[in-house]
Amino acid sequence: MSDTAVNVTSKKDWASDQEVRWCPGCGDYGILLAVQQLMPELGVAPENTVFISGIGCSSRFPYYMNTYGVHSIHGRAPAIATGVAIARPDLDVWVVTGDGDGLSIGGNHLIHALRRNVDLTILLFNNRIYGLTKGQYSPTSEIGKVTKSTPAGSIDPPFNPLSVALGAEASFVARTHDLDRKHMMETFRAAHDHRGAAFVEIFQNCNVFNDGQFTDIVRRQNRDEMLIELVHGEPIRFGADRQRGVSVGADGQLRIVDVAEVGEEAILVHDAERNDPSLAFALARLSNDDHSPTPFGIFRRVQRQEYASAIAAQLAQASERKGPGDLAALLRSNGTWNVTSTN
Amino acid sequence: MPNRHRVVVITGPERYGCRWERGRTYMTDTQPGAPDIDEASLLHRLVVRFAGDSGDGMQLTGDRFTSVSASYGNDLSTFPDYPAEIRAPAGTVHGVSAFQVHISDHEITTPGDQPNVLVAMNPAALMADLGRLERGGTLIVNEDAFDERNLQKAGYATDPLGDGSLDTYRVIHVPMTSLTKEATASLGVKPRDAERSKNFFALGLVSWMYTRPIDPTLEWIETKFGTNELVAGANREAFLAGYNFGETTEAVGHRYEVRPAQLPGGEYTSVTGNTALAWGIVAAGQLAKLPVTLGSYPITPASDILHELSKHKQFGVRTVQAEDEIAAIGMALGAAFAGHLGVTATSGPGVALKSETTSLAVSVELPLLIVDIQRGGPSTGLPTKTEAADLNIAMYGRHSEAPLPIVAAYSPTHCFAAAIEAVRIAVKYRTPVILLSDGFLANGSEPWRLPDVDTLPDISVPFATAYNGTDSDGEDVFYPFQRDPETLARPWAIPGTRDLMHRIGGLEKADVTGNISYDSENHERMVKLRAAKVARIADDLPPIELVGDLDADVCVLGWGSTWAAIDAGVQRRRREGHKVAWVHLTHLSPLPNDLGDILRRFERVVVPELNMGQLCRIVRAEYLVDATAVTKMQGLPFTTAEIEAAIDTALDAVASNGGTPTTTTDNHGQGRP
Repeated sequence: MSDTAVNVTSKKDWASDQEVRWCPGCGDYGILLAVQQLMPELGVAPENTVFISGIGCSSRFPYYMNTYGVHSIHGRAPAIATGVAIARPDLDVWVVTGDGDGLSIGGNHLIHALRRNVDLTILLFNNRIYGLTKGQYSPTSEIGKVTKSTPAGSIDPPFNPLSVALGAEASFVARTHDLDRKHMMETFRAAHDHRGAAFVEIFQNCNVFNDGQFTDIVRRQNRDEMLIELVHGEPIRFGADRQRGVSVGADGQLRIVDVAEVGEEAILVHDAERNDPSLAFALARLSNDDHSPTPFGIFRRVQRQEYASAIAAQLAQASERKGPGDLAALLRSNGTWNVTSTN
Repeated sequence: MPNRHRVVVITGPERYGCRWERGRTYMTDTQPGAPDIDEASLLHRLVVRFAGDSGDGMQLTGDRFTSVSASYGNDLSTFPDYPAEIRAPAGTVHGVSAFQVHISDHEITTPGDQPNVLVAMNPAALMADLGRLERGGTLIVNEDAFDERNLQKAGYATDPLGDGSLDTYRVIHVPMTSLTKEATASLGVKPRDAERSKNFFALGLVSWMYTRPIDPTLEWIETKFGTNELVAGANREAFLAGYNFGETTEAVGHRYEVRPAQLPGGEYTSVTGNTALAWGIVAAGQLAKLPVTLGSYPITPASDILHELSKHKQFGVRTVQAEDEIAAIGMALGAAFAGHLGVTATSGPGVALKSETTSLAVSVELPLLIVDIQRGGPSTGLPTKTEAADLNIAMYGRHSEAPLPIVAAYSPTHCFAAAIEAVRIAVKYRTPVILLSDGFLANGSEPWRLPDVDTLPDISVPFATAYNGTDSDGEDVFYPFQRDPETLARPWAIPGTRDLMHRIGGLEKADVTGNISYDSENHERMVKLRAAKVARIADDLPPIELVGDLDADVCVLGWGSTWAAIDAGVQRRRREGHKVAWVHLTHLSPLPNDLGDILRRFERVVVPELNMGQLCRIVRAEYLVDATAVTKMQGLPFTTAEIEAAIDTALDAVASNGGTPTTTTDNHGQGRP
């Protein structure tokens, strides 16, 4: 993100020569298109861009980008990306992961990358299912979900990815979905421009193993009533006539209300830059299923020290205090004595 | 002598100069300012073991005695031996922490089989360590600690100081606690605090008994505790009181002296294996012209590498204490992809956790240094005790076919050179390398004649900067898996390099192009290419240097920290007129090209290992030689006596097998198949 020179590229400069091999109709295609279309607008260069992924359907993503990339190990992308980012703060580092990869096997790395605020743009494709292993429940699957590994229904309470990210002290948290390229591009752009770890949950449809999971919310004809768009500084309202909104109840709970009933002044004004994460957390948990109004957009965007620059500052400080590294002096740092040869 | 295997036979003391740059072939004069030794008897060597509670400061006491002896000019070797608990219940046997140091006026390599002097700060220390003391050895006890409660906690039914059970030793009773309290009373130190300085009393007493200079310790106390005058004063007074106790009390008796050793001229420092290893990593980064990025998770006994490297940010060394072992190696691998020297340091349990990422590094063919400071296992095992049983996991501990090079350090100071060698291989061949050390090397220290840093080798390799192929349309392209015909290494193109954008990953790659390939023949070709690349490193290794007698019947084959005891044992048997050969391996994967031919020359091959015979099984499988394992799994290094016994057993077996007597110098090769 330190690229200052604007690089002129076109969408085709960002597509690799590899055939895209997701299932026909997969939501991943829309996300890939949004990213490839966004990159020229960011003015960055393919050679300064790195995509790191783990394992899963979404993790094939780097193969389709004409950038540097690593398709690594299940769950480990945030750790490997952290290594890239701290070694080379000059690079744009993206992480592509999924609900299984990022929240199950790799949950530890994800939360610690967010906690450290490493300068990464993390895209978590959430389809609430294990696709690449052909249909087992995931850590975001709802209770009762019947899958190959849960024929009697899942009994595991699911994670809310945004709650996890906020709990891990993430400085940028957003949600978008695979059917709205414009919204994805806007969200990805903001995530990219954020200095520090940016976490984006993408509702992504797996049309083979979990088709239609998000349809109630994201289908075009449902969006007005079901999709609550968060805009920083604006009252949180939705509905075809923006007749509904979110307000804070007397008990501190967020509630969906009719604006006419409570009055405009009772509607919560969205403040993504609020340092206290509790409202963002409450918004992230406004809906606990995929069948009721659900907020999208940027939940939280705050500035705090980015990890690689903190490392660089300590290196600079050490050089200033001790001078540049001197190997001969290092070997003498425990104290020495001389032995005189008599030969 | 037949030399078709290019065997370099080294027999004299110059072996150090030739092989390991410890160089100890020259006489040196007595240090200027050495104490007058007219009144002291000369000893050639001395082994002291300081033993007490975990909180008694025994490690610090031993460390000070070592430092003073090092700067005095003795050769030395140390063995810190402490429990896994930070503060185990006071007074118990399992809470005993000990530090053994061997000093001498000649070359030594081991911390000594049996202490000549045991300092026991309480009954538990006596109970734990008396069995180690040599028969008739000197026992210094803090008699104040021998009260009923402590005796009971240590498991003594009667007081050993009064029941005659110590009659075969020379026992010096010293009321250290009360004398320390008295000595520090005038400073206004509270009695409870004063008691904590009793380790300095012990140090002072032993310093007098063995004629150690006192000024360096007094200066050190000032530097270390200067900001707290009360503590500095208490330690100083306790130290002097101990020293004066020796001088004025007849109970202590005669004074001894160990003169400086015959070390080659040069500038020396004293260093532990972990410090030398950390410095080796810093040096390797400089020599490879790569910034170092270390990802590490705290684990005994490897944490000191993280600590040490974290201190040297002026070298551009980036260190991250990762969230777990897997993240630690992931960060190192990410840094390697980005063009840094990626390093991770751990012990056995961490190596197990890192296994999957190590396999990825093998698959994507990036340089990576994985340091394994071995300890007792399996699982948590004996975390503070030494063992060298991770050769199998280093060699085989990955899924599928994932060979990688293994380098093993053999002495604390060799950890420096071993780190550089491991990095040289990693960057040249673009492969993860496992560097094996162990708890004994990690915490042990010895004098090190400092190398001239300007003579250290340049191990840098160029990054790829340009297209290296042409596709079917005649377009210039970059092939990330187009190999160097000599090394089989693939190009290392780092992000930020124009036109060379490429993707790597764990899926099988097509030969040359690096694109995903599920082609069956390609997979087999890639498996074989990765193996051939590692195997080929053997061509890049120096010929084996054999110590001792090429015409011996018995060859000792060692690796790692057994070096010290093998060195002492082999030399002792050879001085007695036996013919013995010794090969010590630094490279365990690939094994040196000439190893098989060399081993087959000998009727008996003995392999001492701190495991159940891991290298032994490898050489039996590789070379069909009838090697015999000599194993030890006690959390302790081999003693010289154990190595001598192993050599004797082999010599006897040869003799009873109708072999010619081992002390003759006949040409043994004649009757051999």
